[in-house]
Amino acid sequence: MIRRTLLALAGVLIAGAAHAADNTLLNVSYDPTRELYVDFNKAFAAAYQKETGKTVEIKQSHGGSGSQSRAVRDGLQADVVTLALAYDIDAIASKGILKTDWQKSLPQNSSPYTSTIVFLVRKGNPKGIKDWDDLIKPGVSVITPNPKTSGGARWNYLAAWGYALKKYGSEDKTRDFVGKLFKNVPVLDTGARGSTVTFVERGVGDVLLAWENEAHLAIKEFGKDKFEIVVPSVSILAEPPVAVVDSVVDKKGTRAVAEAYLKYWYKPESQEIAARNFYRPRDPEVAKKYAANFAKVDLFTIDDVFGGWTKAQKEHFADGGVFDQIYKN
Amino acid sequence: MAPLTRRSVLPGFGLTLGLTLAWLSILILIPLASLFLKTTELSLQEFIASVTSHRVLHALSVSFGIAFAAALVNLAAGVLVVWALVRYRFPGRRIFDAIVDIPFALPTAVAGIALSALFAQNGWLGAPLAKLGIKVAFTPLGIFIAMIFIGIPFVVRTVQPVLADLEPELEEAASSLGARRWQVITRVILPSLTPAILTGFALAFARAVGEYGSVIFIAGNLPNVSEIAPLLIVIRLSEFRYADATAIAVVMLVVAFLIIFAINRIQRWAQTRGVVSYSVT
Repeated sequence: MIRRTLLALAGVLIAGAAHAADNTLLNVSYDPTRELYVDFNKAFAAAYQKETGKTVEIKQSHGGSGSQSRAVRDGLQADVVTLALAYDIDAIASKGILKTDWQKSLPQNSSPYTSTIVFLVRKGNPKGIKDWDDLIKPGVSVITPNPKTSGGARWNYLAAWGYALKKYGSEDKTRDFVGKLFKNVPVLDTGARGSTVTFVERGVGDVLLAWENEAHLAIKEFGKDKFEIVVPSVSILAEPPVAVVDSVVDKKGTRAVAEAYLKYWYKPESQEIAARNFYRPRDPEVAKKYAANFAKVDLFTIDDVFGGWTKAQKEHFADGGVFDQIYKN
Repeated sequence: MAPLTRRSVLPGFGLTLGLTLAWLSILILIPLASLFLKTTELSLQEFIASVTSHRVLHALSVSFGIAFAAALVNLAAGVLVVWALVRYRFPGRRIFDAIVDIPFALPTAVAGIALSALFAQNGWLGAPLAKLGIKVAFTPLGIFIAMIFIGIPFVVRTVQPVLADLEPELEEAASSLGARRWQVITRVILPSLTPAILTGFALAFARAVGEYGSVIFIAGNLPNVSEIAPLLIVIRLSEFRYADATAIAVVMLVVAFLIIFAINRIQRWAQTRGVVSYSVT
């Protein structure tokens, strides 16, 4: 992780030295967005040049959402952050590097694309996994990363919690359900990609809890003859947010281009890029066009069920929180 | 008491000492001091509560316990490897000699991924072992394997030059004086090798205690089962609890220092004993 930070820093230094384009932006993002931002950056650079006549070069840095957030907090000069969950940007805001109401600066909670949590199972679904209830059955082995280190894993955990709460209505039973689910987890990787590798390449586990886009990517990469996606009856609406890092863009004088970069997400052509990379678009027209790519699922938001990220983080993932209590005994 | 600066035949004592101190301070002492300083954000009670929680103690015992066991295995296996490489001539010896260094050079993440691919239940070694009911990858046994892998060159490279310098004539002399084979090994060879073996053991152990990259891919990382202390430090950092993270680091540092210090004492003792047994025989 330190190495990753150093690499990112080295990237910034090289970017500063080379300075080929009129503008250079550093986008610090999370793990599974590599392919998405390769496409998006290319489209934005072309659109920006057409409109202003200036060139822009976008550097990418990827890693676990939490460690990327920490790198920016500790001084990585990111112009924009595009992370897995709002809490990780809140943590940067608490340092005073960007304004605390950052989530209001762009439409739809500053989340231009959304995703959800689905199940990836082995071909033929040998354990007959249909919904969350099947995950707590004895003998079913579930792969998810560690919610302490992975943003995706926190969405996994909260999706399971939200399902159980809806079904049982009581907090105790919900806790019991999530506890049983994690009893079935044989490996806790530190990041979403790590878990995908454990499930896909190492052959461990019967079901992988994954980002919808990550599940589609695994199928695209390894073939429909190996894995299937199972969509549960209920899941969480994951809103990966984007934000301009105020103190950095003001210092570097890149505010205009950084804001244009993020606003470009809300254009129909960008929404199509999201949809093609299996992120759910916000634009209703684009959503209709790509409806076949995304299964219908009953989605709840973190604000509905958990009262927002700050509260969820404190109750569930802080030291001594519900997640730690699950592993106490 | 001896004066601090004794006149030496070599010039430049002040200069070299100054450079040494400056260099060590920048690279080691200042970062370590800042580590300790960060920990002082916790009160003593908080510090004790933080590092004596069940989970932290378990992670520390996993890291230190398995590192110690792995270093013991490396000690035995390493000495055998050295013996074969130094004392015999066989085809491919140079290649084997070079292979020993690979764990030094290989990025630890690559080692971890390779080992977990090999020992996973669908891997070349993992599949037959799984049939026997032995699970290696994603269990504490996996941590053990990874720590053996990264530690072996430390023992080999510290013992090898010492054994190479040990004249075979010494052994011949011993046997011509009536020593049996076993006596030659225990009375002549091992005493001279012991200091180097202990150094190799200490290095392999120290490296394994702090190992993160290769272990993380094969460990399983379940709290209270296969969670190593360095991972717990990373988890604490993810919770933005820097002081608690450094608290674990400080405990690791102090324990590791004490163990290595103890090994050094044993080494010193073995060295003097080795000299004595020479003069007797």
